Parts: sequence; structure tokens; C-alpha cells
Amino acid sequence: MTLIAKTTGTGGRAIPPPSATRRRRRAAETRAGYAFLSPWLLGFFLLTAGPMLASLYLAFTKYNLFADPTWVGLGNFQLLLQDPRFLQSAKVTATYVLLGTPIKLIAALAVAMLLNNTHRGKGAYRSVFYAPSLIGASISIAIVWKAMFIDAGIVDQVGQFFGMSPGGWVGNPNMTMPMFILLTVWQFGAPMVIFLAGLKQVPAELYEAASVDGAGPIRKFLRITLPMLSPVLCFNLLLETIHAVQIFASAFIISGGTGGPAGSTLFYTLYLYMRGFVDFRMGYASAMAWVLVVVVGIITLLFFRSSKFWVHYSGEAK
Amino acid sequence: MTAAGIRVGSDTEEYSALLRRRHHTTTRIRSVLFHTFVLALTAVVLYPALWMLMSSLKPSADIVGNVSLWPANASLDNFVKALGGIGGVSFWTFFRNSMILATASVVGIVLSASVSAYAFARIEFAGRKVWFALMIGSLLLPIHVVIIPQYIIFNNVGLVNTFVPLLLGKFLAAEAFFVFLMVQFMRNLPRELDEAARIDGAGHVRIFTAIILPLMKPALVTSAIFAFIWSWNDFLGPLLYLKDPSLYSLPIALRLFVDQTSTSDYGALMAMSVLALIPVLLFFLVFQRYLVEGVATQGLKG
Repeated sequence: MTLIAKTTGTGGRAIPPPSATRRRRRAAETRAGYAFLSPWLLGFFLLTAGPMLASLYLAFTKYNLFADPTWVGLGNFQLLLQDPRFLQSAKVTATYVLLGTPIKLIAALAVAMLLNNTHRGKGAYRSVFYAPSLIGASISIAIVWKAMFIDAGIVDQVGQFFGMSPGGWVGNPNMTMPMFILLTVWQFGAPMVIFLAGLKQVPAELYEAASVDGAGPIRKFLRITLPMLSPVLCFNLLLETIHAVQIFASAFIISGGTGGPAGSTLFYTLYLYMRGFVDFRMGYASAMAWVLVVVVGIITLLFFRSSKFWVHYSGEAK
Repeated sequence: MTAAGIRVGSDTEEYSALLRRRHHTTTRIRSVLFHTFVLALTAVVLYPALWMLMSSLKPSADIVGNVSLWPANASLDNFVKALGGIGGVSFWTFFRNSMILATASVVGIVLSASVSAYAFARIEFAGRKVWFALMIGSLLLPIHVVIIPQYIIFNNVGLVNTFVPLLLGKFLAAEAFFVFLMVQFMRNLPRELDEAARIDGAGHVRIFTAIILPLMKPALVTSAIFAFIWSWNDFLGPLLYLKDPSLYSLPIALRLFVDQTSTSDYGALMAMSVLALIPVLLFFLVFQRYLVEGVATQGLKG
């Protein structure tokens, strides 16, 4: 209507009322918005939402890529609960996440607090410590790690020097987990950089006031640093947890794609890959994928729900 | 005023000078302690990478269990062997494949993510909040829930064993991290710029290309570096989609190398590991500021 009015009304018979102009402008904005958003929208439907729904369907079927999928209802999920290798993969991943992530974050916070001072050269240290985060997930580092931890490797040599002789960690089911935890702790740089940025935001007056009141370093840490840093801590914890759940490449290379010895490196995604792309049991693997999505979803929800009890937002106090 | 007053004054001066000196000494000691400790930590952190580098110069028999970094009889034999390639395919083929994938990823991500981010950050349109929430949600989504159907689709249309499955997502802004990073950056650019341009009659395309894009250079550089490195290190994607060794990217070639070489040939393995990391290390050395700042700002605004 307004378009017709505009194209026909050459003589300026009536300027459309402001509400119509606004409406037209808003329509134009919406068109522009969707035009600019189209790459992401296409990708979202084609590569994320569509495949998610497809894998939800596949989770209730038996499918091997060659024959048509057959509906099995909850069959895959029942099989999962009876599958000792699935339970093992869940256990391995949970252990890795529950031990590795806190140790990594404690290391990251400790080094960040050390670097958060006026000494010279801290920028260089920050960069050097960040470097492992960039290469830690690469195949090269997985190969190096394996070479360091095999029987008679350098870690074994150092251990013997100190009177411990654990032998090779790679072949020992009790030692593979510490090896993977060391690999993730080695990459403390990324959360450290985020902690450092957070520490810079803590007002110095708070520490000065606490000093005047006679608070010691431990009290300052517990009463000032930790509460002021809790949003950053929450962010790091969530990010690192979700990141850790998805460990794949290093586990694949170090165990030679088997998850051995004795299933001690059978990480969740490694088992998912084996089921889906080695055995071609894609329905089963889809069920595993959806269990992972639900678990990650619950973890995320718990973080956001619980955050109001332990995350301190300074904005609220004002 | 009197002699006594002057005496008191010089006394406090002397005292404060003493205090200053003492303070100076304690900061010196603290500084020495700090640097000693942090340098030791640097040595520990750098050791695995240095060990890899130095081992690649040693003969294979001299690698496993040799804690020393110094190569007693250094030679480039391992590199000659690694550059010889695997199974009749030259190392440079793998290198070229990785380079094509990484470069195309950078182009795709910088184009698609910046355009999409502009819609989120600068255009008011119906449904924007919903899409934004979905984009944030996809940040946390484990990729494993989509790889199986994606594989089935690409398999059905005959695109397995091509680079298309590895690159399509980059041109469609499927990696929400980059969209998010750019939205955050754009939101901090002053709105007055857009409004002034709009009064001058500029549309969104002009505002985006002439005003926003040039100002976004830091975010674009950060995204490009991360896009390159992540593509370069990607293992799962190429493992699923590249079957023909002449299409292998370096990580997959490296895995083939691990499987084919006997465990005793650690020299060649180390040399190839070093070669596969060189572009990433170069990027790190040149752009470390962008990388670290990118991580820092991303973290705070997350």
C-alpha cells in the first residue's frame, strides 16, 4: 500500500504518516538483517540444526550407511547401558575432566597471580606460557608426548634418577591417565591469559583497604581475589570442561586408535568414532552423541543455575 | 626554626632514605626470586617442544630416553627422510593440501563471520534475539552430534574424499566462535559512525564495507590467525573425509607415518612433527600479541 502510494503519488499528494514510514523502514531493516545473516542461517540449518535432528532420529534406529535405517526404539540406549566399553569410555572421560580441569585451572590461576605484578618481562612470559595451548592438541605434540612417556623414555629415565621406576607410562593402564592430565595441565596458558585479564579488573583500592585493615595475603585471596574473579572462573570452568569432554586427537594418536591399554585411554569421543566410523554402527554412535549432548547441556545448565550462589557480579551490589 | 628543628628535619630525611634503601633491596630480592621461579617454569613449559626440535637433529637411536637437548652429532638426515614423503606421496603434497585448506578456511571464515556478525551487531530486525541465542547455544554444542549426519549427507552426494566437507562450514559461518568474537568487537565500535553515514544516505552494504570492516581489522586478524591454526591442526575432519593419500593434510599424513614407520625410527617421526608445526610456530612468533589479546578479551566478554 505505502509502496503504491509512493510510486504513484509523484506530486506529493500525501506524505505517508510517520507510522507507515517507520513500518516500511523496519521491513527494510528486516530484509537487510536476513540478507546479512544468510550465510550463518544457511550454515545453521544445513550443518547444525538439520544434522542434529537427523542424528536424533538415527539414535532410535539401526543404520550402517548401506542399508536403510530400521527403527529400534530405545534399543540403542538399552544396549549402551549394558555395553562395558561404553561405561568404560564414560568413566575414562569423567575421570579426565574431573581431575584434569581443576588441576589445570589451579595452575592457570596460580601462574596468573604470579604474573599479575609490576615486574618487567611479564608480557613475554605470558606469551611463552600461552604457546602450548596453541599446539597442545596437534598430532605433533601427541607424538612427542608418547615418545617422552614410553618405556625407557625420558620420563622413565628421570623417574629412575629419583628412585622411582614406573616404567613406560604409555603401556601401563594405571599411568595413562596421569599422562593425559599432564598433557592438559601443560596447556594452562589459555585459561591463564583469561585469568590475567580478570585480575587486571580487580580495583587496587580493595587490596589497599584490606591492608589497612590488617588482612594477610590468604585473607585477601579468599575475600577479594576469589569473589572478584568468580565470573571469570565460572567462564573458564565451563569452557575447559566442555573442551575436555571432547578430547580426541591426542587420545587417538597415543593409543594408536584403540583406546588401550586395557581401555584406559578409551575416551568417549574415541569410542564414538570407533562405533560410527570403524564398525559403521551409526545409529548406536548417534545415540552416544545425544547422550553427550544431554550431559553437556545439563552441565551448562547447572553452571548457570548455580552461578548465582557462587559467582559474584559486582554490578548487583551497586 | 631553631637548630633543633633542623636537626629533626635531617634526621627524618636520613631515616626515610634508609627506608627507601631497605625497600629497594626487598624489591630487588623479590624481583630476583620472581624471575628465577618464572624462568624455571619457562624451562619446564618449553622443554617438550625443545626436546622435539633437538631430537629431530639426532640419530634415531639417540632419541628415546635421552634427556639432553644438545644433539651430539647433529645432522639433517631425519629431515631428508621426512621430506621424502610416505607411500610414494611427497611431503610437499601434504603441505600443499594443508595450505589450501587453511587458506580457504581463513577466507571463508573472515567473509562469512564478518557479514553475519554485522547482522547481529548492527541491524535491528525481527527474530534477531532468537537467532543470537541459537548462535550462542551452538558455541557449546559438541560437534560429535552433527558429524554422523553430515558424513551421511556428504557421502550421499559423493563429496567424501574432496575438500568440500571441510570447507563448506567455514564459508557458512558454522564456527560460531568467530561470529561471536566479531559481534563483541563490533558492539564496541561507536554507533555515531553508522548514524552519520546513514544521514549521508549510505545503506547497510556501504556502512559495512566502508566503515565497519576497516575498523574491524584487529578482530579480523585475530580470527584469521585462529582460523588458520585450527584448520592446520584439525585432525577429526580430515580423518573422516580424506581417504586418498594424495589429498591428505599434514596431521593425517603424520598419523599414516606413525602407523607405517617402525617404532625405532623416531628421528624421522620427530622431523616430520617439527615440519608440521613450523607454520603454527611462525604465526605464533609474528602474531603472539593478537593471539593473546584475542584470548584475553574473548574471555572477559564471554
